Parts: sequence; structure tokens; C-alpha cells
Amino acid sequence: MGRINRDQLNEIKSRGKNIIDIRLGKVSVDGEKHLMVGGGTACHASKSEPVRDAIREEIEKRGLSQRCKAIETGNDAFSTLAPVMVVYPEGVYYVHLTPDDVDDIVSEHLIDGKLVERLLYKDPTNNKPIPRMMDIPYFSNQTLITLRNLTLIDPEKIDDAIYRDAYQGAAKALIDITTEEIINQVKISGIRGRGGAGFPTGMKWQFAAKSEGDIKYVLCNADEGDPGAFMDRSVLEADPHAVLEGMIIAAKAINAHQGYIYCRAEYPLAIKGLTIAIEQARRYGLLGKDILGSGFGFDLEIYQGAGAFVCGEETALMISIEGKRGMPRPRPPFPAQEGLWKKPTVLNNVETLANIPQIILNGGQWYAAIGTEKSKGTKVFALAGKVVNSGLVEVPMGMPLKDIVYKIGGGIPEEKRLKAVQIGGPSGGCIPLELLDTVTDYEAITATGAIMGSGGMVVMDEDNCMVDIARFFMEFCQEESCGKCTPCREGTKRMLELLTKITEGQGEIDDIATLEELAEMVKDSSLCGLGQTAPNPVLSTIRHFRDEYEAHIKDKRCPAHVCRALITYIIDEEKCPGCGKCKRVCPVEAIIGEEKVVHTIDPEKCIRCGACIASCKFDAIEVV
Amino acid sequence: MKEITLKMWKKIDDIIQRYKEKSGALIPVLEECQDVCGYLPMEVQERISKGLNIPGSTIYGVVTFYSFFTMVPKGRHTIKVCLGTACYVRGGKANLESIQDEFGVEKRETTGDLRFSLDSVRCIGACGMAPAMVVDDDTYAQVSKQNIMKILDGYK
Ligand SMILES: Cc1cc2nc3c(=O)[nH]c(=O)nc-3n(C[C@H](O)[C@H](O)[C@H](O)COP(=O)(O)O)c2cc1C
Ligand code: SF4
Ligand code: SF4
Ligand code: SF4
Ligand code: FES
Ligand code: FES
Repeated sequence: MGRINRDQLNEIKSRGKNIIDIRLGKVSVDGEKHLMVGGGTACHASKSEPVRDAIREEIEKRGLSQRCKAIETGNDAFSTLAPVMVVYPEGVYYVHLTPDDVDDIVSEHLIDGKLVERLLYKDPTNNKPIPRMMDIPYFSNQTLITLRNLTLIDPEKIDDAIYRDAYQGAAKALIDITTEEIINQVKISGIRGRGGAGFPTGMKWQFAAKSEGDIKYVLCNADEGDPGAFMDRSVLEADPHAVLEGMIIAAKAINAHQGYIYCRAEYPLAIKGLTIAIEQARRYGLLGKDILGSGFGFDLEIYQGAGAFVCGEETALMISIEGKRGMPRPRPPFPAQEGLWKKPTVLNNVETLANIPQIILNGGQWYAAIGTEKSKGTKVFALAGKVVNSGLVEVPMGMPLKDIVYKIGGGIPEEKRLKAVQIGGPSGGCIPLELLDTVTDYEAITATGAIMGSGGMVVMDEDNCMVDIARFFMEFCQEESCGKCTPCREGTKRMLELLTKITEGQGEIDDIATLEELAEMVKDSSLCGLGQTAPNPVLSTIRHFRDEYEAHIKDKRCPAHVCRALITYIIDEEKCPGCGKCKRVCPVEAIIGEEKVVHTIDPEKCIRCGACIASCKFDAIEVV
Repeated sequence: MKEITLKMWKKIDDIIQRYKEKSGALIPVLEECQDVCGYLPMEVQERISKGLNIPGSTIYGVVTFYSFFTMVPKGRHTIKVCLGTACYVRGGKANLESIQDEFGVEKRETTGDLRFSLDSVRCIGACGMAPAMVVDDDTYAQVSKQNIMKILDGYK
């Protein structure tokens, strides 16, 4: 089909009703099965492609292709379990698949209609299988708006997306309501930018709409710079049309006709998916001139970022699209007045844009009903680190962190103790165990010294050293500082030196105060958000974990046994029968001892690589 | 140094031709040319400078600003160890160090036999299976001291 109008859009949608109802488990038609195979970056990394191919082959071979379809979806929802597959209409979730499992799934599930129990997800508390995806606590405790198409569509098929209401919001925005009404609904929804700063989206659009000029731009920020975050990538991989549609609506609201998606080059799968989505949308006339016969035109291009964290900052991003060194510039003028090529510009984050179609379709009130007083809707987090269930989680604003970590994340593995939850990446902070009742709300999180950020959430346990983590983020900021302004360029360098000195056991007690002073200076006088927030990880760890800093400085001890200069490997005489294994693995011959006698480690030679610990079967080697 | 072949020059000229009339084309041109040659030596930068009519100093400035660009040729295989937060807290740094020790290269260096170029990345989106590592186009999850050398053995 070529260009479509609104009636044809609705026609496609109604054609797909059956398909979607099967996937939603609402109907069951002639034994028809849809096997949704995970194909996000995480699934690919755990070898999902051979599983997908094997399934397709087996279905073909057994002559089931009329009734059974294997579809690749893109989503890292529960990435610990990858590769995964959901079989609809039952909604049965199979995990940790290999090509060898395919035979059983086809013959037992597809042909005999029985569950393949060994491949089901098992409740870790009692080892009982939970067959249906939506009964698994990891999913049942989430609220899916941004990720509403999770496991339901093939991201490379625009029709699949249309079956699920794609472009209905755009149709409404372009044909039924005025631009004032679009902005009004976005304002009522209360949605705030998901890229980190949390600026109200409706207000941003209004400023740009009011700016004079016949050339304006809408940009999508898909640079995803937080080094522990992958929400935006997953949204782009799983549901690219939601983002395109959000951009069309934004364009209509401010009267722009050209857009760019600034996507980091490290996301090849997302770029490929976007390219396909854009082509398909163009073919349907959902991008280009006269969209859906509305008379309004908008088109967009992908722009690949070349690997500079600072280019996620709005002014730097625009300068980068202009083909220059992406260094931030002072504001005002704000992009809403003078943005890309000095024209009025709206820049929004991927997740922000992906929410817009639903807001327009269901109304701002619907969205505003979810969340807290000042933080509306849902937020997607990339939950990772020392937590049993890692992956993407979408929760209503206002959910306590402890519910995310324990109810959804399944708690901390190996019966370790949770120490802190890091939120907001290099601009954020560590929220300690005592404050785990804090809810996901912009202001509540800021009060703890962290920030909501873009959605990185990394759980840390007793084996993580807070000074080392602060140093890790400072090193990141120092390397990524563009060097344009002195407080950030020199301040982060000085702070990194001090943190390094402390982790190397050379810290002096005044260093903590010096760090705090430097932090305030860098925060207050840096030009852009990178410098202004770079001290946050240091300040928040000093605030909540001052005793750890002091242990490094005063006692020359790293309580978490991380900082190499401050730990010693010793062999417990009681436990060591002298098997000699450690001696063989030690790369620097630091271990001495005759066969069948207690071995010892020479602390002068030992490089603290940990190889011996891993090798000892008697648990005889300890770190102190 | 890896030679820029005639075929590569032809491709470079095509790329320049394609973007000639577009404003802000420098970065995409550099990205595509690096795809062709594997790196961006001065001679290639000069050709782009003439073709797009942009001063060589501007091009040099852009190439050195973005970490994606490199002016030295890459090894046959590229190892990228993830040092994003999730991988870092789960031991990504130790993996990087064991490669550094084994092959005697630092981050952003290439082994003398041009077998490997080593670098780190910040989150490749496989945090759920941290620590992760990418070799060429293959992503490996849950990499550890125990399996890392075996993985690399597969890349000669
Ligand atoms: C150093 C720095 C890096 C940033 N990186 C990103 C990013 O990767 N993705 C993003 O959406 N916003 C990022 N931002 C925030 C953007 O400047 C901007 O506020 C945001 O994209 C606006 O969209 P939103 O209002 O929808 O959040 C960054 C800001 C700074 C200061
Ligand atoms: S604060 Fe840092 S990153 Fe931002 S402009 Fe200044 S030097 Fe560059
Ligand atoms: S930690 Fe490493 S260097 Fe030290 S004794 Fe053990 S194996 Fe040898
Ligand atoms: S491996 Fe363990 S038991 Fe064997 S010699 Fe070393 S410390 Fe002793
Ligand atoms: S697609 Fe990879 S975890 Fe689901
Ligand atoms: S931090 Fe390594 S994959 Fe995300």
C-alpha cells in the first residue's frame, strides 16, 4: 500500500484486531500461536538468533507454519533470563533458551498443547514454575505505558504497530484538535522531560510554539549518555514508531517541518530499526508532505553521534548536528528561541516522546492520574548491578525504591547486604539502605542528594566501595569534560586526583573538606549540566558514607575490600592443606610453600589479582 | 601503516560527492570514510577538506573531539570491554586488566601484530548480564577471568 489517509489507517488497525487479541490472550483462534522471540541487544548477546532461526525452521519442517508464527520482538525487559520467548495466546514465558530446546517447545507445546516445564521461569523463593509472563512478579508489579508494546509487536512491521494504535494520536493531533489543544493536553498530563532535567514538556513546547519563524526543528535526544542506562535504546529497538509519532505531534504543536534523531553510533540495532521504521512511515505517507491527508508535513533524519557524552547536552547536541565540535554554549538564548541553525527548536528525550501519542490519544487527565503530585506518569529504569532480576522496569511515579529493588528486582543475590542504590549515573548519587523508602518522585529523590536522571538504577552491595564508585564517576566526568570552562575542566581533574589518592591509601583527613569545597565551586560555576552535576556522586557518598572515606584515610582500610592498595591477601593456616593449586595460578609467583604444607603469600610480590582465591577449593584464602 | 587503496579513494570521493551540498555534513562524512578505511589519516582528512571546502584545522578539531574517530589504524579485531556502571560494579575493570596484562596493551592501543585493538565502552545495553564485552560485532555476556581468554582465542 502507498500513502494512506485516516480511514485507511483505521482499516489497517481493524484488520489487526484479531492478531492483537490473540497476543493479548483475549481470544484463541483455531490453535493459532504467536511465538514472540526476544531479539534486543541483550538477547542477541546471549545468542537468541540461533534460537529464532531454529524455531522458524522447526515450524516449517513440521508443517505448522499456517498456524504458528515466530516473530522477533526487540526488548530487554528481563535481560537476566535472555534469550526469552512468549507464546501467545496463553502468554507463557520460556527462558534461557538454546536451539536444543526448540524441539521440545514445538512438539510438546505447539503440537501437544503441554507446557515445557523445565524451560519455564521458576519463582526463586520456592522453585515453583510461573508459566505466564504477567504472573511473574517482575512484570506484574510494573505499569507499562512507554513499554506497552513489550513482546506484542514486531518492531520492523509498521502494521503491527498500527494494530496497537500507532499514529492514532498523530491523527488526532493533526486533524481533530488545534495546536493549542495539543500543548494544553501535554501540560495537563504533567509529563516532565525524561532525559534528566525533568523540565515540563508542555511548557517547553509552548515557548517554541510562540517563537517567531517559519523554520523550526524538532529533535529527539537518543544519545543516552549515562553509562549504566539502556532505556532509550530498548524503546527504540522495541517500538520505534512511538518515537516517530511523538515527534510528529511535537512538530505539529510548534509548527516544525523537519526533525532529527540524534542517536549514538554505539547503538547499531536501534539505528537499523529506526531506519526501517522511517522508511515504512514514509511509504505510508506518515512522514513527508500532507501526513494522513491533513495538509501538515514533517520529515526527519537520523544523525549518528560520534561518541562524546557532552553532546547529550542540548546546546552541544545542536552544535554537533551542525557538524562542529560539540561544546555547550551559554543559555540564553534558549533553544526554543535559537536552537539548531539558530532556529527555534524543541529537543526531547526518547522516552518523553514515546509517551506523547498515548497522552494525546487518552487525554492529559488520564496520564496525570498516575503518579505523585509533582511527578506524573511512569518512569522506565534500567535496573542493574547486584540485583537478582536485571532489566528494564517501568513503574508509576511514587513507587518506593525498595519495592523496585525487592518486589520487581527480587532482592540482592547471594544473601549479601544492600548498601546503596545509585540513581542518575554520573550526575546522580547513591541512596543508602536507610533511605530506601524514598519514592520515585523528582523532588523526593533530589532531597536525598541524588537525581531522578534518565533512568540508570544500579544496585550496590557490601562488596562495592563507595569511594571507588565516586572515583569511577569522577573519572568519567573528567574524561568527558569538553574543557571549555575552567571550573569543570580543572575542578574535575583536581577532584579525581584527590579521590585517587584516597583509594590508593595516601589520603589525608583534610581531603574530605577539600573535596567538598571543590565540589561546591564546580557545581556553582560550570557552564553546562555536565560540570554542574559532576560533583553529585562525590557529595552524596560523602554525605551518606563518610565513615567509608574515613576508613580509607585514617585506618588505611577499604571496608568493601575493593581498593587494591588497601587490601592484603592471606592464607588461613587452619584451612590450608597445601594443595598447591593457588601457587600454580598466581601470575607473579607470590605464593610459596612446599607440597602438603601451609602456603603463604608474599605481600610485597602480590599484585592482588584475586586469581588464587578463585582457585582455592578449601576457602583458605581471605582478603583483609 | 595501512595503505589507502585506490578503491578506498574512490569510495571516499563518492561519499564527499554525496554530501557536498549539505550543511553540517562533516561528521557523517567522517563516519562513513572511517568505515571505509578503518581510520582517518591526515591524507584522508585533507581530501575531505578540499572536497567539502572546510579548513583542515576544523576537520582535525572534530576528529580529535569525538572519541568515535581514530587517526591510527585498527587491529584486525576490536575488543571493547564494557566499563559502564553495571559492568564496573560486577568486575568489568578486572576483565580489562587481564587483557591488558595478557597482551601488553593499554586502552586505545593496538597490539604490535595488529591482532587486537583494545578499548572500553560505556554500557552496551547488556547490563542485565554484566560484565559484558564486545569483540568485533559479537557481544559476550558474563565475561570473567575464567572464560575471557577462551573467547579471545577465537579471534586470530
Ligand atoms: C552532559 C549532559 C548529557 C546529557 N545527556 C542526555 C542524553 O544522553 N539523553 C537525553 O535525553 N538527555 C540528555 N541530557 C539532557 C538534555 O540536555 C536535555 O535536557 C533533554 O534531552 C531534553 O529532553 P527532555 O526534556 O525530554 O528530557 C544531557 C544533559 C547534559 C548536561
Ligand atoms: S561544564 Fe564541563 S562539559 Fe560543560 S561546557 Fe564546561 S567544560 Fe564543557
Ligand atoms: S592475589 Fe594474585 S598475585 Fe596475589 S597471591 Fe593471589 S594470585 Fe598471586
Ligand atoms: S589453593 Fe588453598 S588449600 Fe591449596 S595451597 Fe592454596 S591456599 Fe592452600
Ligand atoms: S529481547 Fe532480550 S531480553 Fe527480551
Ligand atoms: S554497563 Fe555494561 S552493558 Fe550496561
